[in-house]
Amino acid sequence: MVNLTIDGKKVTAPEGMTILEAAKSVGINIPTLCFWKGLNEVGACRVCVVEVEGLQKLPAACNTAVEEGMVVKTNSRKVRYSRRTNVEMILSEHDCQCPSCVRSGNCSLQELANSLNITSIPYQKSIPENKFSKDFPLVRTDSKCIKCMRCIQMCDKQACNIWDLINTGSRATVGLSDAYSIETSNCALCGQCITHCPVGALTERDDTQKVIHALNDHEKIVIAQIAPSIRTAWGEAFGLSPEEATVERLASALKIMGFDYVFDTNFSADLTIMEEGSEFLGRLADKEKNKFPMFTSCCPGWVRFIKSHYPEYVDNLSTAKSPQQMFGAIAKSYYAKILDVDPSKIYCVSIMPCVAKKHECAIPVMKDASDAPDVDVVLTTREVDRLIRSEFIDPSNIEDQPLDMPLGVGSGAGNIFGATGGVMEAALRSAYYLVTGSNPDPDAFKAVRGQDGWKESEFEINGTKLRIAVVNGLGNADKLLKALKAGKVDYDFVEVMACPGGCVGGGGQPIHEACEMAAERAPVLYDQDKASTLRFSHENPSIKAVYEDFLGAPLSEKSHHLLHTDHHAWKMPNE
Amino acid sequence: MSRLSNLTVSMAQETVEELYKDIERNIQTSQPGLCPVDLAAAFIHLSHARSCGKCTPCRVGLGRLEELINSVLDGKATLEDLDEIEMAAKTIYRSADCAIGAEAARMAIKAVNGFRDDFEEHVRYGRCKLQNFKSVPCVAECPAHVDIPGYIALINEGRYDDAVKLIRKDNPFPATCGMICEHPCEEHCRRNLIDDAINIRGLKRYAVEHESEIKAPVRAEATGKKVAIIGGGPSGLTAAYFLSVMGHDCTVYEQRDKLGGMLRYGIPSYRLPREILDREIEGIKLAGFKTITNISVGKDITMEELRAQYDAVYISIGAHTDNKIGIEGEDAEGVISAVEMLRGIGDGKMPDFKGQDIVVVGGGNVAMDVARSAVRLGAKTVKIAYRRRKADMTALAEEVEGAVADGCMILELNAPTKIEKTEDGKVAALWTQPQIVGEVKWGRPAPVNADAPELRIPCDKVLVAIGQGIESGHFADSGIPVNRRKIAARDTGDFEGIDGVFSGGDCVTGPATVIKAIAGGKVAAANIDEYLGFHHEITSGVELPPVRFADREPMGRVNMTERPASERIKDFNLMEFPMTDQEACQESARCLQCDHFGCGILKGGREYKW
Repeated sequence: MVNLTIDGKKVTAPEGMTILEAAKSVGINIPTLCFWKGLNEVGACRVCVVEVEGLQKLPAACNTAVEEGMVVKTNSRKVRYSRRTNVEMILSEHDCQCPSCVRSGNCSLQELANSLNITSIPYQKSIPENKFSKDFPLVRTDSKCIKCMRCIQMCDKQACNIWDLINTGSRATVGLSDAYSIETSNCALCGQCITHCPVGALTERDDTQKVIHALNDHEKIVIAQIAPSIRTAWGEAFGLSPEEATVERLASALKIMGFDYVFDTNFSADLTIMEEGSEFLGRLADKEKNKFPMFTSCCPGWVRFIKSHYPEYVDNLSTAKSPQQMFGAIAKSYYAKILDVDPSKIYCVSIMPCVAKKHECAIPVMKDASDAPDVDVVLTTREVDRLIRSEFIDPSNIEDQPLDMPLGVGSGAGNIFGATGGVMEAALRSAYYLVTGSNPDPDAFKAVRGQDGWKESEFEINGTKLRIAVVNGLGNADKLLKALKAGKVDYDFVEVMACPGGCVGGGGQPIHEACEMAAERAPVLYDQDKASTLRFSHENPSIKAVYEDFLGAPLSEKSHHLLHTDHHAWKMPNE
Repeated sequence: MSRLSNLTVSMAQETVEELYKDIERNIQTSQPGLCPVDLAAAFIHLSHARSCGKCTPCRVGLGRLEELINSVLDGKATLEDLDEIEMAAKTIYRSADCAIGAEAARMAIKAVNGFRDDFEEHVRYGRCKLQNFKSVPCVAECPAHVDIPGYIALINEGRYDDAVKLIRKDNPFPATCGMICEHPCEEHCRRNLIDDAINIRGLKRYAVEHESEIKAPVRAEATGKKVAIIGGGPSGLTAAYFLSVMGHDCTVYEQRDKLGGMLRYGIPSYRLPREILDREIEGIKLAGFKTITNISVGKDITMEELRAQYDAVYISIGAHTDNKIGIEGEDAEGVISAVEMLRGIGDGKMPDFKGQDIVVVGGGNVAMDVARSAVRLGAKTVKIAYRRRKADMTALAEEVEGAVADGCMILELNAPTKIEKTEDGKVAALWTQPQIVGEVKWGRPAPVNADAPELRIPCDKVLVAIGQGIESGHFADSGIPVNRRKIAARDTGDFEGIDGVFSGGDCVTGPATVIKAIAGGKVAAANIDEYLGFHHEITSGVELPPVRFADREPMGRVNMTERPASERIKDFNLMEFPMTDQEACQESARCLQCDHFGCGILKGGREYKW
């Protein structure tokens, strides 16, 4: 342990601890801007500088270790002046369009400048030109970037490495490391750079106006599907707990907005289990002919990653579409039939925790039910929150509304798709049933739960041993693929979710400064699963009905046409 | 009324002079990997500030030139503007009245031609193409990429075993490099911005001298693969060491009696004592490879046989043949090649130069080595004849100074023309043609004959040190690409279309430094491992101490000191004194820790494994 003094308080801190953490332990909060614990401890913004007695220069509290006998002042005249000046300098390069910025009210720079009582900037403004397209699902606004470096670090952690520090001197900025445009880069579109950006420099493409346009078109039947993980997070922006901000409450808000029907992606998650589970059992039955491990395919960020980084493993992906795309295809075929309307009348909106889904719905081959895309538009959790706010709906003050039938029924197994391990667990529950004819204990496979980046398990179903792995975060996926390639590991079935913690930590989820939310959100899904009376995908009555009335059986010709896809039918820029 | 006054320097001028010194150090520190267009704009700006303003091309032109280059940097220029830049620069160069404008323009001409592709990248895509920011200058400049800030921090903590262990992760010759490395790591040391580069080599030597014992490295599981290494010099032994650690079965073939290559047969023991070299090689051998000495590939065993017997072969034969001056009388008795002389000394055969007059021909480090050895062998006089100026010698400045201090006389601007023989065929004198320094060609002023008569330098021996060649004949015959006697391996140490053969060290680069040879061995080890189907990782397992924050006020560099010349010339014992504890402590604390401060922390300061 090390003894030091911070602002006159005696502090004992473990060796190697930073001044920032030691100060925090005694209730002294040093302001930070670029810092993100464990991810970005580079001292780039120089906002957290402190004075150390005996030294002229001011170290960054975020990455300077405490030393025995150190006397630290976090708020001396020198510190206050440097902190303020550095923020003013950052502001001189920041396009302060706060009223029209999606991050207004949730912007670290805005909050810091307000806290520092900065009411004018003494420097000439020098705003970088915006060079990025606004059409791609991921949008970078150069004029707002404060070069905190978090996106570079996050992208490196995700093993995509698309961002880098380019140019030198005053022109040094964050740019693409290996491409001239974001469209031609290997970006997986996980969106993690967005959720780690302290300002509005990285955002998803705003598609809210497309939805407003559709809602205003009375010819259109506008339907929504709500992804599992949305129910863990959408209320955060309104200060509502997950118990208050239920999926039914969101359905209610959407209905007020003018949506005709609101459904649950949990339904198509169950459908995914039927298709992917059957596919897996089929592959197992003919082990020689098929490639192992089989990889889940529900995460479009992961599909983009494997296609651009490990094309030789693309055939290991399940051919099953993601729940979002299965939903779209069913909505514009089966459900159009139920409504007895032409599919072109249906406008299918997905509410997703994800940026890559915006790309997925626009893949040219994802129009299997009609000539139009199966899913018309994807809104992230953040966009749907903005829509609710812009319609002046107060979600704390409206009644819950049940989801519509029949696509509004989902099992607990479908519900846990939103967390790492959930797809695997749901698949194993139904695979067990499909092999043995009886249900396992629904919690029999809970070993795959939890926030570890790379989990492994072995299960036995009817005498067959299954070696499975679950990874979350593309960095872990990269490690697993490297190990697979080197022959160091061997599995039958692997679940991959691109975002750390799975969709609950998705790149489209509400943003909280310097705070990872997945571990807090995941238990919401598991609690809901536990409380559900329906815990097996194959028992979902709507699933039974769609097979009986429309699809026939899993992997039937119709299922293949609507619910499966060819991952080679489209290319990543480098493919 | 006073007619004249004495020159006094104003406070402002004094400060400007100081700032000039700052800029000198600043430029010296400039690391590779920066945007060259941005630098070019800055250089022109600096020159423009020095324009007196009298003449149009310099006063106006340089400003326009800088604006044009800035528009390139801002992504606002067209490709036609690049021609505009060149034309404007040429006009300024031709029509400027004095050198201030002309030389600034010449930089612009050089820039726009030298890295035109980067100018074009800025025009087309608004970004720099060549930029590859080297976050830790010393590590980037070290050919073997040794973790220098890491081991300096460990030295500062008194953890010498760990410091040397960390060095061995990338370089199995810490003792040798502590003595004789040319330390390219110090060249762009960021500490130059404040005062002077860190004495990295000296600190390395200090760490090695305080290491307790050399422990056998942990070997990976045996792979069953066999690798032959031809040549037991620094490059071959480095490859053998790392490949053995990776679990491969290695055999080193050495044509001489002992291992060490040029370290033993080229470097005099007053710079690298034999007991230190022997201990180092014994330590390296703990990795567990086999060695066969007194075997010559091409005579005793062929390349074809080795390729048949081994899964991979590494050629690291060095550069051990001598170059001839090509003048009349070179066949005289008493004309000795430097290579031959140093090789004899390496095997303990000391020539007797007692009371003799010696002339050394050459201006490189080897010339200094033989000259200084000749002094130690009892020569009456040692002269070094060199056709260029002393300032143009390729030897390190400290070696030249050391030779002069040892009593050698430098005869600069003297080109050898013939060697005069006695009647019985022995050396009588070296004749030289005095030179005058001429135009700069290829970056060095070329000498031309001066209007002066030839000079006769009476002597007993002529020691020829004008470069070394490579005995690559056998390898060329067995199908290995050879270019001007150098083995033409790629940067990855391998050859296109030739499976399982790798090469590195002096035989590829031509005579170079020990650290380059070591780096060649390291590169080859990694790529041979991959070729054999493995991906072994070399790590040190050393944990580094937490980084300390300090003000880094200017503080002088601890330089190495040497035994007085009058004493050291009497023997071949080590010439240089070690750093004291006090010096090492102070010097290691000067390190700016670029692995943590600045870009190092963003780009991950170090490679923990390779």
